[in-house]
Amino acid sequence: MIEANDVNKTFHVPQEVKALVNVTTKIEAGEVVVVCGPSGSGKSTFLRCLNRLEKADSGHIWIDGIDVLDAKTNINKLRAEVGMVFQSFNLFPHKTVKENITLAQKVVRKRSRDACEQKADALLKKVGIQDKSNAYPDNLSGGQQQRVAIARALAMDPKVMLFDEPTSALDPEMIGEVLDVMKTLAREGMTMVVVTHEMGFAREVADRVIFMDEGAIVEVGTPEHFFTNPTHDRTKLFLSQIL
Amino acid sequence: MENSKTNRVSGRPPHYNLWVGVFFVIMAVGIGLFYVATQRISYNWRWNRVPLYFAYEDVVEIAAEMDGEVESIEISGDEAIIKVTDGKEVQAYSVPKNSVKVDEKEIISYGDVLGSYSKWKPGLLIIGLWLTLKLSVLATILGIIIGVAGGIARLSSNPALKWTTMIYVELIRGSPLLVQILLWYFVIGTVVNDLMAVYGLGRIPTFWYGVASLACFAGAYVTEIVRAGIQSIHRGQTEAARSLGMSYAQSMYHVIMPQAMRRILPPLAGQFISLIKDSSLLGIIAIRELTKAAREVVTASLQPFEIFMMCAVLYLVLTFTLSMFVQHLERRMATS
Repeated sequence: MIEANDVNKTFHVPQEVKALVNVTTKIEAGEVVVVCGPSGSGKSTFLRCLNRLEKADSGHIWIDGIDVLDAKTNINKLRAEVGMVFQSFNLFPHKTVKENITLAQKVVRKRSRDACEQKADALLKKVGIQDKSNAYPDNLSGGQQQRVAIARALAMDPKVMLFDEPTSALDPEMIGEVLDVMKTLAREGMTMVVVTHEMGFAREVADRVIFMDEGAIVEVGTPEHFFTNPTHDRTKLFLSQIL
Repeated sequence: MENSKTNRVSGRPPHYNLWVGVFFVIMAVGIGLFYVATQRISYNWRWNRVPLYFAYEDVVEIAAEMDGEVESIEISGDEAIIKVTDGKEVQAYSVPKNSVKVDEKEIISYGDVLGSYSKWKPGLLIIGLWLTLKLSVLATILGIIIGVAGGIARLSSNPALKWTTMIYVELIRGSPLLVQILLWYFVIGTVVNDLMAVYGLGRIPTFWYGVASLACFAGAYVTEIVRAGIQSIHRGQTEAARSLGMSYAQSMYHVIMPQAMRRILPPLAGQFISLIKDSSLLGIIAIRELTKAAREVVTASLQPFEIFMMCAVLYLVLTFTLSMFVQHLERRMATS
């Protein structure tokens, strides 16, 4: 489903940082992959390169057979197939919860009003906040906002969902409700790439864990291998700090 | 006790009523001093003559268009029908019945007055106010279009768009509007009108050069306001919109601009209040807007202070209305 081959990315501003170094990996359809690593390890950059929010300097990325980095690729069409959830939710504050979910369906998918609203209602029910459909995002708790953001991404019927530290900006008591939604998605067979520090989620849900440090993939393995029997010293150090 | 508690809840400072009183005293003293000043100068105030320049009654005379004899005068309702004949042809004129100036069988010649009626006409100040309003509204609309396009172009990564906009903004903001108006009319206007003549088209009225110069001027300021407004919207908004598959234009239209609009409304209002007042410079290219009209009235009436003060009041009416309208918009946007 997702294939990254020798991807490199260097930031020049404010100073030169090698964010991604020769990143190569393959993610199968239906797989749930957790990407973890210390801050500044390039995990978010990797995720953002997958839908070209950041443009990789070199290498190849294919999603569902489409070359992401090819200039001829219709990036908007591709992005519609790749849902993304951000750390800071990024809901549209001038639109109601329902409008947040219907906007892209209407504008990008060209669905009818009724179809958009039915989809929105179904998704709000799925993430457990159907009673807030006419509220504005500012009146929702962080956990509720993030669940709306997940519903907004799901409304496009994406083939892949990317989560960029979806629980890092949440108060601890709200993390669970967001993780529950993500677990449901995983059980339904959604292909997911999740950047997170929630090791409990990784252990319970992930098919594979990718550990990154200083822009490179250091170790890849099943959660069992990763948590009980890591081979690299840097992985061990990271786990000792975080667990 | 109860009272002081509610005061604290509503956030009123101590001695609130005292300071309200102070406010009224300041106003009264200010107005009083102004009044004293107006009386101290040796000037004969004739406010009663001012309404004349808002509206006046004009007498329209109806004259015969042939030589001949008044054949008959028939009264029907308030009108009198005067029939004039030269033996071969009969012409009928309708005039108000109490203004008839001829008798039956009277011999009249071409141009003799048969009767007259009076009609209310707008005075010069009202004509000027109307023109200022038209100029300002058109320039505001065009200025917003230029400014939104400019603001987006200014943030583009395309150097042609970005640098052209930068030069435009710096040139327009850095040079006097008066000079720009003159250039629009005498340089651009001459070229355009010459070109129009080559293709057999008529001249573009001066009015439109006035609108163009104001719109171009306001557009530069609006460009900067729009740019700042767009930049104030968090990058995450664009990223969220784009990650859903929206194009740049779609994300601008549906996500960024509606949010930016709310933030730029107050500075935009200030800009267009300035624009209304700046339109007073257009008199230089013989557009008879409010200030030019006022100057003409002053020349005719020799009442400079009344007329210019009235002129200022009329500008205040326009700017205050705009101000209120924008506040209304802000409130509406805040609740939606």
